[in-house]
Amino acid sequence: MAKTLFDKIWDAHVVREVAGGLTVFYIDRHLIHEVTSPQAFDELTARGLTLRRTEQIVATADHNVPTRHQDQPIQDPLSRSQVDKLTENCAKFGVELYGLGHQYQGIVHVIGPELGITQPGLTMVCGDSHTSTHGAFGTIAFGIGTSQVTQVMASQCLLLDKPKRMRITLDGDLRPGVTAKDLILYVISQLGTGGATGYFVEYAGSAIRGLSMEGRMTVCNMSIEMGARGGLIAPDATTFEYVKGRRFAPQGENWDRAVAYWQTLYSDEDAVFDAELQFDASAIQPMITYGTNPGMGIPLSASIPVLNGGSEATSFDKSLRYMGFQPGESLLGKEINYVFIGSCTNSRIEDLRTVAAYVRGKQKAAHVEAIIVPGSKQVEQQAIAEGLDKVLAEAGFELREPGCSACLAMNDDKIPAGAYCVSTSNRNFEGRQGPGARTLLASPLVAAITAVEGRLVDITQYLN
Amino acid sequence: MEKFQTLRSGVVPLPIENVDTDQIIPARFLKATTREGFGANLFADWRYTADGQPKPDFVLNDARYQGHKILLAGKNFGCGSSREHAAWALYDAGFRVVISSYFADIFRGNALNTGLLPLQVSDEVLQGLFEVVDQDPQAALMVDLQTQTLTVPGWAEVIHFELDPYKKECLINGYDDIDFLISQEAAITAFEQQRSWVF
Repeated sequence: MAKTLFDKIWDAHVVREVAGGLTVFYIDRHLIHEVTSPQAFDELTARGLTLRRTEQIVATADHNVPTRHQDQPIQDPLSRSQVDKLTENCAKFGVELYGLGHQYQGIVHVIGPELGITQPGLTMVCGDSHTSTHGAFGTIAFGIGTSQVTQVMASQCLLLDKPKRMRITLDGDLRPGVTAKDLILYVISQLGTGGATGYFVEYAGSAIRGLSMEGRMTVCNMSIEMGARGGLIAPDATTFEYVKGRRFAPQGENWDRAVAYWQTLYSDEDAVFDAELQFDASAIQPMITYGTNPGMGIPLSASIPVLNGGSEATSFDKSLRYMGFQPGESLLGKEINYVFIGSCTNSRIEDLRTVAAYVRGKQKAAHVEAIIVPGSKQVEQQAIAEGLDKVLAEAGFELREPGCSACLAMNDDKIPAGAYCVSTSNRNFEGRQGPGARTLLASPLVAAITAVEGRLVDITQYLN
Repeated sequence: MEKFQTLRSGVVPLPIENVDTDQIIPARFLKATTREGFGANLFADWRYTADGQPKPDFVLNDARYQGHKILLAGKNFGCGSSREHAAWALYDAGFRVVISSYFADIFRGNALNTGLLPLQVSDEVLQGLFEVVDQDPQAALMVDLQTQTLTVPGWAEVIHFELDPYKKECLINGYDDIDFLISQEAAITAFEQQRSWVF
């Protein structure tokens, strides 16, 4: 029977079906971090259980770490205690930890792919909703809560109901200045913040095939922002090329066997999806969000919509009041105070290269604070090796050390109340970047141009 | 996990759609390493001013709704981050049921694993419930998990709600998934012998 890519991987990981339609589902790789794991380790201990497959877990510290002076003790006592707790737990249970100072430390969804931990056909989970990032490799990857972290630790399995399947096809050549981030912001603006709830999404089409792995990761990363359980893309030559030679990638004969298997991972021609959507990628323009959920996105040069009543009106009005915007107004010309380039969505080397290429020889606007937080130690080292650190510094950008940083503002990297921040991250929720902060989500290219101009502009007029 | 069988309680109305988990419990409060105490910071940025004073216009600070254990919220409740702390914060603040016309997937699972019932109703029923509470802030709803019914004062018919039968049993008995998964050890071990896709 014809199967979707999702079904092929799902079916391979069914340990057994149980009464009531639930599945005991096997997890190949488990990523953990300091924020959502301490209660899981405690629960495990309280029940007299231990880790079932220690070697299938990798840990890093990312959500709650400072992005300056990582060689020194963490100043905030609560943050320090949480990071220390991760270190203690990993030592006690024998989990591989890439903690602060380690050459592999970084945002959990950046290090998985760059170390070759993420591979096609696997199932991966993490106590973080952006685990969907790993789906770019043709992986079933999704975020879980802390109780489920405990379940995977104890049994290497989860009890799940099978999501429905959706395929989103994006065909066509991208316009100048349009990137992977614009594609996904566009798709989310069309579906809304809950439009894919209950679904696992496969992204397909020539515009997706044409993306680099890093671009595909950006797309899959934001699947959760339209409510999807996860997103995935069939692996191809671009995928294999990226994985090959990485630290934990299959080697030698295993590599050939792996690729032979990975080449079977695609949706059969006549596979049936529960929902199918198609978009013309050549019509997509550089995007920006104007509201307080990622579904509230528009082309940068368009105007904020005007809503005529309906159940959404209260939330829409509340959102615009928070942002200080009016229905129907254009965002062009709005002064911006902060630019944040980072997060599991856009903090990889290609993102840093895009920014550096644009700002080379230019200066950020005097009133803008521009910070750029690499996704990992390896990204940081690569940026330095390429001299991007100097280009960014000369343009007035501050290059920090790796972590989640101002994406969720758990550490000191906060945007002040009322200030506008163009951010390459994934969420523009109220207070996400600090109490009262106003976030506008955009691509690294839009962020770089905004930093230089100091206001929102029609970027198509500014392309090099 | 505590057992949940029936609950009769007043409601706290929050007619906002797409309430994300960053609102339910902002990230800066996630630094604790235990499950307890998150209730004090539930909806912190909507509930308190920057200097920690209660905002009088936020529903949790409205004396009429104090002690109510059912949260009534707009559609797509719990979207965003996977933080189970959101469910813990609601539970810690005394809530045992959240009613909405749909829930984000991860939140729904986290709530069920916390002993908090995510009770899904139609958009029309949700609207009707907001009207009931608007007219009588003390209106008490009756939730019966065994019969999967919601009884609303003044309504001729009870509302039936759906819930996975396994999850229903778990809530009624206070069981969680770990015990069940551990009991599958033999099947899991047998499965692991034939994992051919790990290279």
